[in-house]
Amino acid sequence: MTLTLGKPKRRAAHTVPSARWRGRQAQGWLYAAPTAVIVGVLFLAPLVLVVWMSLNRWPLLGQAVFNAPDNYTKIPNNPLFFDAVLFTLKYTAITTVLLSTVALGLALLVQERRPGVAFFRTAFFLPGAVGFAAAALLFYGMLNNDFGPIGPLLQNLGITKEPVKWIGTPNMALFSTIALVLWRFAGFNMLILLTGLQSIPVEVYEAARSDGANRWQIFTKITLPLLRPTLALMLILSVTGSLLAFDQFFIFTNGGPDNSTTSIVMVVYRDAFFRFDLGGAAALSVVLLIALVGLNTLLMRRLR
Amino acid sequence: MRLRLAGIAFLGLLALTAAACGSGGSDKQPQAAGPVTITMWTRAATQAQSERLVKAYNSNHKNQVKLTVIPTDNYQPRIAAAAGAKQLPDVFAADVIFVPNYTSQGLFMDITDRVGALPYKDGLAPSHMKLGTLDGKLYTLPHTLDLSVWFWNKDLYSKAGLDPEKGPKTLKEFAEQATTIQQKLGKDGKVHGTFFGGNCGGCYVFTFWPSVWAAGAQVMNPEGTTSLNDQPAMTEVFKTYRDLYEKKVTGPTAKEEQGPTWTGFFPKGEIGVMPMPSTTLGTMPADMKIGVTPIAGPDGGESTFVGGDSIGISSTSKNADAAWEFLSWTVSDEAQVEVMAKNKDVLARTDLSNNKYSAEDPRVVLINSLVAKGQTPFALRFGQTFNDPQGPWLRLAREAVFGDASKVPQLNAEITKSLQQ
Repeated sequence: MTLTLGKPKRRAAHTVPSARWRGRQAQGWLYAAPTAVIVGVLFLAPLVLVVWMSLNRWPLLGQAVFNAPDNYTKIPNNPLFFDAVLFTLKYTAITTVLLSTVALGLALLVQERRPGVAFFRTAFFLPGAVGFAAAALLFYGMLNNDFGPIGPLLQNLGITKEPVKWIGTPNMALFSTIALVLWRFAGFNMLILLTGLQSIPVEVYEAARSDGANRWQIFTKITLPLLRPTLALMLILSVTGSLLAFDQFFIFTNGGPDNSTTSIVMVVYRDAFFRFDLGGAAALSVVLLIALVGLNTLLMRRLR
Repeated sequence: MRLRLAGIAFLGLLALTAAACGSGGSDKQPQAAGPVTITMWTRAATQAQSERLVKAYNSNHKNQVKLTVIPTDNYQPRIAAAAGAKQLPDVFAADVIFVPNYTSQGLFMDITDRVGALPYKDGLAPSHMKLGTLDGKLYTLPHTLDLSVWFWNKDLYSKAGLDPEKGPKTLKEFAEQATTIQQKLGKDGKVHGTFFGGNCGGCYVFTFWPSVWAAGAQVMNPEGTTSLNDQPAMTEVFKTYRDLYEKKVTGPTAKEEQGPTWTGFFPKGEIGVMPMPSTTLGTMPADMKIGVTPIAGPDGGESTFVGGDSIGISSTSKNADAAWEFLSWTVSDEAQVEVMAKNKDVLARTDLSNNKYSAEDPRVVLINSLVAKGQTPFALRFGQTFNDPQGPWLRLAREAVFGDASKVPQLNAEITKSLQQ
């Protein structure tokens, strides 16, 4: 290949550009090859495998048996499926709204360079450096009424008489989990919004002020519209992350109490690793993937 | 320059391809002739016993065992993932109730002939052997045994005016004694009559079912395909615990207890009497006076849930002979007496239950004697039905103890449906 490229053979005049073009094309392919291999091995191959699994009865060991479309048609019979879909949508809606609001509030707070602002930026971002599973365990320990510090503290201060059941009722479990997610992700989302805020030219603000715009007008007429692409990115990240929520429920609430915090991915996990129904779990994953792609396409169109 | 870059990229591509294709090569290597190191997995719940056995084996055998301990909650998924990737270790222990499912999935190697050659094969713990048998073939040996028994705190009994030497003989006495402890000592909220894992399916079966068996009833049909958890015997047990919770005799967090910490309160001296795993007896504070008694039914009888782990050679192991050498050693006289009995563990062999170590502690003799009396329920779909937090059993138990008990018949039908999947 290198020889051909280094010393092109003499050919008729009209073929020379074509050979060079082909050589350049081959070079381009070579440059792209490592990435192509990575995408192929780590993304496309598993995707094809999951789709293929979803069309088969796939035992832990032994031969798969083609059974399409059974794995798909039995999804509605899964007793957890519809509740999990509803719960995941509810969780996604609440989390996305709260996360966007809190992150935007934090970003506006630390937007301008003032003494001490670096400290607050770091403080807000720091929870993002904790692994999510570790954060879920941390909350589990902190809010545990048997050995965690929060329960006794609230009681000793006279704020509550009895231990608060942080994950004892469906609503408390949901809101405790959302508190965990806000704590863990608000700082990270703040950082995304901060980059958006800082890309808005100062001149625009100055012009608005000299035209007599007040703070609220500046926020609604300048900051928000110019922040739209960044908000769209944050929204897509938040919606995707929430629809795929797993760690927080698996570790913190265990899907309970009484299956009230069982997300769709937990149902996938249960089908694969407790029921060993790998084909069924793959079918659910494919459905989830299609729903995610559809929803994100819709979101991107709306927010463009 | 461009050519050089292209060359580098090409080499990178080759390296990646080689890495992607290279992982499967080691499978084809022949078994080494010299000493072999076999790999073993166990779950954290029975880590101490496995570690002691492996340490003792490695100290005087040429073949060596490399033990990996996996968190209990993640064990089943790890086994499933490893089996799917054909990367199971040479031997692995598993919660005995999951063994029928694993054998039906072909995860364990058939060891019928090897077990048949053992001189003490008839002494191996019967319930573990039953669950390790599928279609007349044997796949596993008992590895560790963990029985559910009632522990009572003798100091708290004395303080509450109860006879510290007389533990409960019926479930009714259990409830009465727990209530007395609560009334006499529970005013400041630090001591409670009893405790149980109210949001933990595995805890319910381990601690509630023996009361049903002790009353002469069953929780499932022998084939493990029909649930009997709506029958009067189970209903009465649920009702007893429901009363205890409603009267605040249990610790306040019993309803939320998911399992990881349910055994943590008794050693702190906070609980009067409660069902506990026998394996925790050896880990109790040395100065704590603890009574041990079998779990009873509402009006008497005695039984236990014979839990713990079974162990087998994985069907994909290339070191079956070395693996069997280790497995058969773990149930030998030497390992059972000098490793297990010496540490107050329950023995995997009923013929050794009276030995020089167990005789030192009558509680250990009692626990060992229960191995033959207790039960281990058989069901192919046990884990997904009873242990899984999203399974139907936990919903039934929680409705029966904390919620709407009239939903039990309907939820029992869901358990049967899950068992028959």
